[in-house]
Amino acid sequence: MNNTIVSYFLQFEEFQTVVTKLSEITGANATSLVAFVIFAVAAVVVLGALATVGGLGTYAERKISADLQMRQGPNRVGPYGILQFLADGVKMIMKEDIVPRHADKLTFNIAPLLCMLGVMATFAVLPFSSGFTMTDLDVGVFYLIGVSSLVGVGIFLGGYSSNSKWSMLGGMRGASQIISYEVPVTLSILAIVLLAGGMSFGTIVSAQGAWPHQWFVLHNPFTFIAFIVLFIGVLAETNRAPFDLPEAESELVSGYHTEFTGMRFGFFALAEYMEVFVVCGVVAALFLGGYNVPFGLGEGTFLMEKLHIPAIHAKGVGQLLQVGSFVSKTLALYYVVIWIRWTLPRLRVDHLMTLCWKYLTPIALFNLVGCALWMFFFHGQSIWQLLGHLGGGHGGGH
Amino acid sequence: MSNTNLDVYMPVIILMILAFVLVGGALLVAKILRPSNPTELKQTEYECGELPVGVAWSNFNVRFYVVSLIFIVFDVEGALMFPLASIYKKYNDAGAGGVVLATFLLFIGILAAGVVYCWRKGDLDWVRSFQTPAKNNQRTQGVVNE
Repeated sequence: MNNTIVSYFLQFEEFQTVVTKLSEITGANATSLVAFVIFAVAAVVVLGALATVGGLGTYAERKISADLQMRQGPNRVGPYGILQFLADGVKMIMKEDIVPRHADKLTFNIAPLLCMLGVMATFAVLPFSSGFTMTDLDVGVFYLIGVSSLVGVGIFLGGYSSNSKWSMLGGMRGASQIISYEVPVTLSILAIVLLAGGMSFGTIVSAQGAWPHQWFVLHNPFTFIAFIVLFIGVLAETNRAPFDLPEAESELVSGYHTEFTGMRFGFFALAEYMEVFVVCGVVAALFLGGYNVPFGLGEGTFLMEKLHIPAIHAKGVGQLLQVGSFVSKTLALYYVVIWIRWTLPRLRVDHLMTLCWKYLTPIALFNLVGCALWMFFFHGQSIWQLLGHLGGGHGGGH
Repeated sequence: MSNTNLDVYMPVIILMILAFVLVGGALLVAKILRPSNPTELKQTEYECGELPVGVAWSNFNVRFYVVSLIFIVFDVEGALMFPLASIYKKYNDAGAGGVVLATFLLFIGILAAGVVYCWRKGDLDWVRSFQTPAKNNQRTQGVVNE
């Protein structure tokens, strides 16, 4: 199995000869060196792609909100205003950097860094395709929950260090909201870990299929509820409306980043938009079949056997299709997230806590028990397989 | 494949270093390009145009503390359930899922008991009523101010 992007490359003979040649030249085992180079290149590629996605996210947010409110949205910079995010970036870099005199300078400086650190560390396990997952850690989902908590620390420190009342309120709200919603999110993810029998994204995605009835979201009624709980939970984790209380602009000016100017603010915004992409990707991988592509196109078997295309090309095409599958599902969810923001009004802070602790957490616990019992009594079969048995094979292939 | 553990975790380190480089680099570029003429008034905290009164680091609502305590209990419990959840399928496929399921239900039972306890104690209410739970089951909770 492909554990990392390096082991994906190592399965090709052409690549192995390069490694052996390098080993001869350097006189040592060059595998680790090559692995480092591949990882570094992949990291830069993923970072570049996701920073662009984050930037385009701000554009998409404005354009979609304009669409929903029958406005034009940004339309001056570049065709259809698509370069607006670059103009915004330049503006932010040129802005004067103001640090409040009474702020806690050290924590003020590291708060945006922590946000970026937390988001960027999650890229390592994001499963773009079976080959292009930077590293498919055994503890994938668990690792992701862990490092994404750094964002919460960044938000709280940002609010605390500014020494402004608005920021303080925003930071407190952010911290309590993020840790509260982590409970239903963790419990919903546990249901999927139960079904897939592993925490790594590779295991979880390959336990699903390409067609919707093979996805975990439609596996049984409990997973469908778990999907909704998880989606609501990640909306709150990323501070997206209707859960954007930490930066509620109509009550808290701008919340935890009130005192941040220029590029420091830019990093908070960029981290938020990249995190939305990451969590949408995680939801897509856990519930919507991830990078699966039908007809064995992903593994290249179809192209190799039917069209006699060489393995390396067939697999390359397969990887591209898998990336396409993953990214299109993720972007569809991204659209839903933006759509929700411009549709629903913001919750009140006590309603927010009630929703988390009195509704989502008990529902998630109930789901977990339901999933465990379902697996025990129906031997891990999905509802469609059971219906197939009932119909005497009539609807079995559905 | 000959992957040592170190190799598998390499991208994590690389991405974290990249985060430092990106943030540091952008702030450095900004430092060179941007104007910088701080004034006394510019560096005050924003308080809707008024001069700020006091510091923000004052006492805050104790509810946040209770929430974080409840969170720690639940999160540790969740973390302990992850290994159990990931082996369940293997045992279940081998026909020995019962013992894992029983352990799992025990864990969830403890969690559920925790939820019920916090609920009964009123720790899940953000706006906490200081009155004893009313007999007529009223939904409106009076906040008692000092």
